[in-house]
Amino acid sequence: MIGVGKMKQYGNVLDKPLNKGKQEVSLSAFAFLFSEMVQYNQTQVDNIGELERRLEDAGYAVGARVLELLCHRDKGNRRETRLLGILSFVHSTVWKVLFGKVADSLEKGTEHEDEYMISEKELLVNRFISIPKDMGTFNCGAFVAGIVRGVLDGAGFPAVVTAHFVPMEGQQRPRTTILIKFAEEVLLRETRLG
Amino acid sequence: MAAIYSLYIINKSGGLIYYKDYGSSGRMDTNDSLRVASLWHSMHAISQQLSPVSGCAGIELLQADTFDLHCFQSLTGTKFFVVCEPGTQYMETLLKFVYELYTDYVLKNPFYEMEMPIRCELFDINLTQAVQKDRVAFLGR
Repeated sequence: MIGVGKMKQYGNVLDKPLNKGKQEVSLSAFAFLFSEMVQYNQTQVDNIGELERRLEDAGYAVGARVLELLCHRDKGNRRETRLLGILSFVHSTVWKVLFGKVADSLEKGTEHEDEYMISEKELLVNRFISIPKDMGTFNCGAFVAGIVRGVLDGAGFPAVVTAHFVPMEGQQRPRTTILIKFAEEVLLRETRLG
Repeated sequence: MAAIYSLYIINKSGGLIYYKDYGSSGRMDTNDSLRVASLWHSMHAISQQLSPVSGCAGIELLQADTFDLHCFQSLTGTKFFVVCEPGTQYMETLLKFVYELYTDYVLKNPFYEMEMPIRCELFDINLTQAVQKDRVAFLGR
């Protein structure tokens, strides 16, 4: 992390304050690391579905930790308990910490009550990645989908989260949409809470 | 503004990994472009050996009656060269910019296999933008 060298050295990791300042890592370093991660996982699988699942699992671990950290640091050890609260938490707080900006849009699915979509014109992990034609609809955003699933699951909102390319009119590149489909129990609880 | 005829990228063993031509003059078929690539690779290597200057890095510019050939070699031995109308300016800057695009959109792409032909959509899109004339002029500032 940039500026880590300047930080005071603490013997015990628990004595270290949870810095809130701007802590950015180099985009190139991240891009190379992510690329290697995808390449490694590619050697471990036989099909694209499995690769997507492995990336998602990698993201899940990040999401679970991000939730823990942000609830402690930004929200005074409280977490969102309502559906819209947690969604806007993911859309703004989580996105800002991970990608330095708020996600482009957060929408409710038109066909199903339990579906929500977070869309990003250019997802950071996809910035340098071109998917070969023979890989079809594969999207490395599966990693980000995993992060979102990790956050939601940790907060008590189990959901199925997937990443898709959505072609945009008048744009050369499709945008990435993170589709969140909540489990039935979440919606039942939500209606109960009123 | 003078025109760019074509752009080549060759790997460290002289294989053509990217070829694109712009405009009508100097257009070549696949075999010819492969030949030019490996020919240039060898000539570049020979020039290094023959040069009276010690520590010579090879030909950077070849000026002919009908075209100029500007070449840029990266530290890893990948060569980028552009064939353009005689007297075209800012080609070194363009080649460095192409190198930058290559490191970004090709090397950071997990689906690209090293030393193999480049088939990356994002690289194509960004390259097209860079080669557009006003962009070349802009880079030269």
